[in-house]
Amino acid sequence: MATATYVPGTTPPHPAARSFFVRLRGGDQIAYLITLASAVAILLLVALLVYELYSKSQTTIHTFGWHFLATSTWDPNGGKFGALPFIYGTCVTSALALLIAVPMGVASSIFLAEMAPPKLSMLLTFLIELLAAVPSVIYGLIGIFVLVPLIRAYLIPPLTSAFGFLPIFKGDFYGVSFLSAGLVLSVMVIPFIVSVSREVLLAVPVEQREAALALGATKWETTWQIVIPNASTGIIGSVFLALARALGETMAVTMVIGNTPKITASLLSPGYSIAAVIANEFAEASGDLYISSLIFLGLVLFGLTIVINAVARIMVLTASRGRA
Amino acid sequence: MMKEIVPRRRIVNALMLSLTGICTLLVISALFFILGYLLWHGGRSLNWDFFSKLPKPSGETGGGMANAIVGSAKVLLVATLIGVPIGFLAGVYLAEFSGKMFAFTLRYTVDLLNGVPSIVIGIVAYSLVVLPMKHFSALAGGVALGIMMIPIAVRTTEEFLRAVPNSLREGAMALGATKARTIFTVVVPAAISGLISGMMLNLARVAGETAPLLFTALGNMFWSHGWLAPIATLPVMIYNYAIAPEEDLHQQAWAAGFVLLALVLLINVTARMIIARGPAASRR
Repeated sequence: MATATYVPGTTPPHPAARSFFVRLRGGDQIAYLITLASAVAILLLVALLVYELYSKSQTTIHTFGWHFLATSTWDPNGGKFGALPFIYGTCVTSALALLIAVPMGVASSIFLAEMAPPKLSMLLTFLIELLAAVPSVIYGLIGIFVLVPLIRAYLIPPLTSAFGFLPIFKGDFYGVSFLSAGLVLSVMVIPFIVSVSREVLLAVPVEQREAALALGATKWETTWQIVIPNASTGIIGSVFLALARALGETMAVTMVIGNTPKITASLLSPGYSIAAVIANEFAEASGDLYISSLIFLGLVLFGLTIVINAVARIMVLTASRGRA
Repeated sequence: MMKEIVPRRRIVNALMLSLTGICTLLVISALFFILGYLLWHGGRSLNWDFFSKLPKPSGETGGGMANAIVGSAKVLLVATLIGVPIGFLAGVYLAEFSGKMFAFTLRYTVDLLNGVPSIVIGIVAYSLVVLPMKHFSALAGGVALGIMMIPIAVRTTEEFLRAVPNSLREGAMALGATKARTIFTVVVPAAISGLISGMMLNLARVAGETAPLLFTALGNMFWSHGWLAPIATLPVMIYNYAIAPEEDLHQQAWAAGFVLLALVLLINVTARMIIARGPAASRR
């Protein structure tokens, strides 16, 4: 649509030669600029995020240096801060959560991808994905008032009588503990493993399964020896995604972990995690060193989840891009 | 070369496959257990007071969470006003305008933002809004939740806009429409059901977030006026009441949990059903 007037006898102006202002009026340039501005705003926002975290941690970094990550005293009144109990707690609860969630999740995804008829599989996957939509604080509610009493009544007595000699099961159980937190986390993390693993398993070409079955393998043998190895990168990717989620999980953990900065081998003991300490102490923290220590912990958590998420996405991407 | 199917392999086969079924059953029953328990316990404690009264001071029983319900709505409104436009427009950019390199960078950054733990976003909102203003506010809470809404808004918009067939765009342009007009009067309306349900899912996810609100919106036992004062929100009230010693407060926490979960699941199921029946479904 050339808006310059056409003089008979001359060649009409080339449409692309419309001036910037003409295109601006047509709306294209405005739309482009506005959407581009939003995109750039997001990039700037993330940069700002990292900058804020880093700059507000400076006090702690200058006072303790990276030694902060290896110290285990957390004494706000005395002005001594160390990140080790929280890093330990985060790692222990996440590891425990994965220990439970990975077998359950992968087994369920096998059932949903290989065994169940398509309609049933879609319905069940839908329901499992609803589990992922439940807010964390609700898991915390159920954790404190339902899970912890149940564990205390039914799980701990047999556990301590049978395995009490192991260092991980030593000590008294008061309800809030690494164990409770790990259990609640595992339920929260299963839906991620199930939905991603199921997609990855479904992406394995049907020909592979048919070839195995044609050679006389049973359904389980086909699944275990052919389909899963094929999908293994994606499944491991889903585990990393679940791990990233577990590391950052705040509310459910802080409600059942006991909020005690302690490093101990016993799973029955109360503990603390990075996200939990920030949630509990940030609002009342006073003093620059205290607040910047908490923010530094946030930075550590941020870095950890970024790395794990990146690894996870690479793995899931390479897996679902297909072996075809 | 394969052994003939001996009973042992048959048994292993049946065993392992039924184990997977059992695991799935356990996972599903977790969902129903949570739903059922909240329904039972929360439903029992739910009464009209819950929706109409303010919280009672410590020690007194009774009261409700009217301010928290309104507070959540206010904070979510701010969050939507911040997160949805930026996310939507950036998604339009990714789907319609951008080149390969920038698109990759943007998508990666958006994924990065999505992976940031919600408590860390709370810290950032604290540092960006609460510190300069020197007090907690609904605005700060809205900023935190808005930042959390951006990545999903971008991804949903891009996905649903890309799902619109190119023939629609070409048809519009053949009729003389500019690119901008094509996008906003043809492509977006074609994708609108997916976009709206995507935003609903986004909202539902963010409505349940507690951690970022703990030190941005903080909380309030009374009505909060305006946007620059601390404000009570439903998830934070649930948390505060659950860890309180009084049994009466626990009952209210259950009721609030029921209301929150019912809302979140309702939005989720509705949105997913809209998506499942929409045009993008035919692509899957």
